[in-house]
Amino acid sequence: MSAARRVNLVAIAVLLFSMAGAISTLYAIDHVRREPAAQEALYVRSPKVLRRLSLGYTGLLADIYWTRAVQYFGEKHHAGSHDYRLLAPLLEVTTELDPRLLPAYQFGATFLAPKPPYGAGLPGAALSLMKYGIKHNPDQWRLYYNLGFLYYTELKDYAKAADAFAQGTKLPVTHPFMPVLAARMAEHAGEFETARMLWSTTYESTRDELIRQNAVDHLLALQVDEDVTRLEQAVKQYREQTGRLPASMGELERAGFVHLASNGTPADPKGRPYKLMPDGRIEVQDPGSIFFITKGLPPGVATPEPARVD
Amino acid sequence: MNSGGTNARIGYIAFNTFREAVRDRVLYNLIAFTLLLSGAAILVGEISIDIERLVVVNLGLTAVSLFGVVIAIFIGIGLVSKEIDKRTLYTVLSRPVRRWEFIVGKFFGLTGTLVVNTLLMAIGVFLALLYVAHRFETMDAWVLVALYFIVLQFLIVCALALFFSSFSTPLMSAVFTFALFVVGNLAEDLRGFARITQGVGGWLATAIAYLVPNFSALNVISQVAHGDPVSGRLILYNSVYALLYSAMAISGAVLIFQRRNLK
Repeated sequence: MSAARRVNLVAIAVLLFSMAGAISTLYAIDHVRREPAAQEALYVRSPKVLRRLSLGYTGLLADIYWTRAVQYFGEKHHAGSHDYRLLAPLLEVTTELDPRLLPAYQFGATFLAPKPPYGAGLPGAALSLMKYGIKHNPDQWRLYYNLGFLYYTELKDYAKAADAFAQGTKLPVTHPFMPVLAARMAEHAGEFETARMLWSTTYESTRDELIRQNAVDHLLALQVDEDVTRLEQAVKQYREQTGRLPASMGELERAGFVHLASNGTPADPKGRPYKLMPDGRIEVQDPGSIFFITKGLPPGVATPEPARVD
Repeated sequence: MNSGGTNARIGYIAFNTFREAVRDRVLYNLIAFTLLLSGAAILVGEISIDIERLVVVNLGLTAVSLFGVVIAIFIGIGLVSKEIDKRTLYTVLSRPVRRWEFIVGKFFGLTGTLVVNTLLMAIGVFLALLYVAHRFETMDAWVLVALYFIVLQFLIVCALALFFSSFSTPLMSAVFTFALFVVGNLAEDLRGFARITQGVGGWLATAIAYLVPNFSALNVISQVAHGDPVSGRLILYNSVYALLYSAMAISGAVLIFQRRNLK
């Protein structure tokens, strides 16, 4: 074998070995750097300092910080963490660097507001974020919609929710549901119908598949909650009138308390008939099949949630 | 040729590379560094409150890193092409010096230059620290670890500059090396992106994310500026990683240079 050929073979072997070794070591480094969660820190918290350091490339830096915020939330959410201490500063930096980055307000607020482990449990920070977004993007109906949604779902402040939706109706470009939502909030009536309208608007106003699926899941859950409420109300009325509980759904119908479809059994949105329990409660057949339902669950069973995505 | 002879030849080429870099006034960057650091140490003490140490560590280590990377790129890309342009390469290779020995010797010469440069700058950083804090603290020891990581960073940059210069023009080599330096500093974001991307795009992103040099793990400047410790395992893994990555780039350079037509 010639000397040049020998050198080539050794160089190829070294190259392959070192490439494989470098990739394996990188895996190990990733693990070491993810472990010390207590050491996590956002060393530059001041958006103004970052704006200067970015040398004018604020758009790109905002995109990087928004990506960091999404990954931070995703990793914490996946780990079931209750500690989201860096989320609000990350979003603050992002929106200060690029105040027109609408997804940071829309999704950032939904990361911040819900209670842990579904969110950071910081509705106040979510409100501040939305208000900052509206201040810098006053012509975006989606931000008023998100603000109203936040007041309605997290803070249960119907007057302020009505106000937010009403402001959104005044914009040149808005969603047809906005005036209806404003009116419903003002009268605070028809909770199921209002919630259905909110989730329908969410479904229509996004192209993100995960968010659309989430809206569909909530709409199905609303249907179940409404059905179970209506059926249990009928059972209650039957008991008040006859002094006993109905033995079957058919008995309820014959007494005129419910109107059943041609197949004779009321069913959930997946087509499974509801069960009338001996104590008069209504239960779904498969509690795990419809996420987010709060009614129709067997005693002690928690509201089913979708599995976290890896 | 025996291994003793090989070592001697590599050592000779490395020493000459170092001497040539010194002759090219590379170490003059130390003057700019000293002015920058002493100016900042004095100025920040006047206009701010309680961040003197932070500024000295952040600015000092960032300057060490950036000055070193610029030197590594601009000298590294010319190591081969300059020898070809001046026709000194033919003189070297006409002696019993193999091509791979030439590449490896150049690599050691350049990294040696940068190690000396970094040592001198490190003395400057510690003197500035002493000036602003009036005494050393235990957490200052972590600054040494950050400096060590910066040297590891230089190993990779030197190897990459040599790799690109083995087949490309100096200008394009500088562009490629600098681009990889920037991408390598965003390597963790790139791997994060790869984790959330599905399908072919995900595979492609993962492959790129693991092939580009990971400079972000080698940058602990902010961490040590706040006095946070660096884990022993990270020091070990980063050392192994830098050596392996440099070996990979140098063997790539050797393979290409072996086949290059120098006529």
